[in-house]
Amino acid sequence: MIAQVQAMSTPDVAWSALAPLLALVGGALVLLLVSTLTTAKPPRGAYAIITVLAAVFAIGSAMAIWDRVTDPSQGPYAAVAGALSIDGFTVFLTIVIAVGVALAAMLCDDYLRREGLDGPELYVLLLLAAAGGLVMAMANDLIVLFLGLESLSIALYVAAGFHRRRASSREAAMKYFVLGAFSSAFLLYGIALVYGATGSTNLVKISAFLSHNVLEREGLLLAGFALLLVGLGFKVSAVPFHVWTPDVYQGAPTPVTAFMASASKAAAFAALLRVFVTTFYAQRVDWQPLIAGLAVATLVVGAVLAIVQSDVKRMMAYSSISHAGFILVGVQVASARGTSSALFYLLAYTFLIVGTFGVATVVGRRGDAAHAITDYRGLGSRRPGLALVFTVFLLAQAGVPLTTGFLAKFYVINAAVEARSYWLAIVAMLSAVVSAFLYLRVVVAMYMSEPGAAADADGRLQIPAGAGIALALAVAFTLVVGVVPDRVAHWADRAVPVLTDKAG
Amino acid sequence: MSEFLRAYLTVAVFAAFAGLLIAGVLGLSRLIRPNRPTPQKLLTYESGVDPVGSGFSQSQVRYYIFALLFVMFDVEAVFIFPWAMRLELYQVFGLVEMAVFIVILVFGLVYAWRKGVLRWV
Amino acid sequence: MDVGASWYLVLAAMIFAIGALGLMVRRNPLVMFMCIELMLNAVNLTFVTFSRELNDIGGQVIVFFVLVVAAAEVTVGLGIIVAILRRRPGITADDVSALKG
Repeated sequence: MIAQVQAMSTPDVAWSALAPLLALVGGALVLLLVSTLTTAKPPRGAYAIITVLAAVFAIGSAMAIWDRVTDPSQGPYAAVAGALSIDGFTVFLTIVIAVGVALAAMLCDDYLRREGLDGPELYVLLLLAAAGGLVMAMANDLIVLFLGLESLSIALYVAAGFHRRRASSREAAMKYFVLGAFSSAFLLYGIALVYGATGSTNLVKISAFLSHNVLEREGLLLAGFALLLVGLGFKVSAVPFHVWTPDVYQGAPTPVTAFMASASKAAAFAALLRVFVTTFYAQRVDWQPLIAGLAVATLVVGAVLAIVQSDVKRMMAYSSISHAGFILVGVQVASARGTSSALFYLLAYTFLIVGTFGVATVVGRRGDAAHAITDYRGLGSRRPGLALVFTVFLLAQAGVPLTTGFLAKFYVINAAVEARSYWLAIVAMLSAVVSAFLYLRVVVAMYMSEPGAAADADGRLQIPAGAGIALALAVAFTLVVGVVPDRVAHWADRAVPVLTDKAG
Repeated sequence: MSEFLRAYLTVAVFAAFAGLLIAGVLGLSRLIRPNRPTPQKLLTYESGVDPVGSGFSQSQVRYYIFALLFVMFDVEAVFIFPWAMRLELYQVFGLVEMAVFIVILVFGLVYAWRKGVLRWV
Repeated sequence: MDVGASWYLVLAAMIFAIGALGLMVRRNPLVMFMCIELMLNAVNLTFVTFSRELNDIGGQVIVFFVLVVAAAEVTVGLGIIVAILRRRPGITADDVSALKG
């Protein structure tokens, strides 16, 4: 047996396709190694700058393959022995996730110094989590998807508890860990059942098998669908799997919350879109009602429970649940139109939510605790600029025209109407109306009430440079793309996932 | 009896013989030695140091950090075994890939070392 | 008696259910943790069973990955739990409840 050894064909490593991933992981390793081996204190903001550079490099190298994968004559391809699929969808989500990590890193910079936690670890964790999210977006195989999800989650469990002196941060880490591990076990069991029913974990092979065979044991596949939905539903915080979201978003350090709400959510939706909408397209009658049910529950519960909150971070957590409901509407449509509307929503929401939590980071002051709605009273007279920026984010989330938030909601509802899911579109619009109330509540607190006695006790709010740049970028994207969306919407249209096992 | 079970029979005979031998030697010495217990003699032997407290105690947190490091690096080895079994199959490509894998693991070890985790306090 | 693949699948499903139920019912963080391991290993058993039934080595390779992921989860999870237990010994999951609303 050993005598006749032949060299096996080794997988072709497509460097250009892996470059975004390598940029993020490489950035994390460089940060970790350099910061541990040098004893000198690095210049201010060096860690954040390296993180942002890694993210920018990831965006650049992703854009470099955009033309190739969207060119009809060449088209998408599968890299690393069919484990990763490189298409417009991958490129689009790479950009969403890298934007999330870059903006979150800018918020981290001053936050960590303010809280006395300075060090490279949080940036390393965010970069590794982003790399995991990227793997989820590219995964062409359910096990690769699981590995990406775990890299994302395990890094975020630690990041959630990073403010180790605050009891609420430790509590958030523990809750996130227990419920996250619980949900990934469900996801894994779902993968096992799909594997048992179809004989493969490769999405291309699963799809081919299902189109050529009539299943004897359909129960196995359906149970697999249900468990996959539970696992991914936890990650996108769809009702009734949302219970961790408010606690974790409230307890985690605010920049980490920003990352969780943007990049982590985008990665989970990427998995949902590629697995259900693309791979199990032929079985859509089986899963569409499930996702529609989740979407309705998510829209209603998120909007209604957000209103009764008095903590802004917690309120935004519930509002992010209701936004997830909108994206789920785009997912359940199960058409190219629905997918591209969900993608546009994810990109718009990334900028919006990082901006929102960016303002919360600044207003939170030392100790990261001043997040009650009363802490925002009179912000309009104390820091008019900051209040104006926050107003833009809140109104955009509410769906006011001339912002990306309005267009995102419009595209999703439009896709639902086109697919004749009228009642779903109606629920989505009602939810938007209800949640408009809660955003206005914060705006009213900022402009129409007097600042509380304690508000100015520790001086004027400082807007640090990193957070300032992040907020400026987020506002610029929200307004500019809100007015001239054509180009971005066109990109989203061409970024629909494609199943392929063609080598690159 | 199948060939498979016969192989186990040899093991069973050896095990039984070993057990008998130990029981015989210890039993014989118990029969012929005098038995005069004193409190000093009944103390647990702790390398010549007087034992303090009961046998059950909470272990130090530093043991636990070593244990965690061990679990992590120990389990990573699961990827090295299959690769080592088929080393010649993957040739240079496999060698480079494994080098990358191990270098990344070493990064983790270097981090732990610089953080002082490996120092016995 | 012939023990077919479905027996293993049922056993795995039962272990998974015990783990899931235990996680929801028990309040000791370490026991909850063991329940998660139980769930993951039930999935491993499912993978190995399918792998044998389908005559496909892929399912067994997956078990390797799951083992490593489980170890990474153990490391991180124990770290978090010990960070909490260090400050408040004898805590249960019900006591970690400053965040609610």
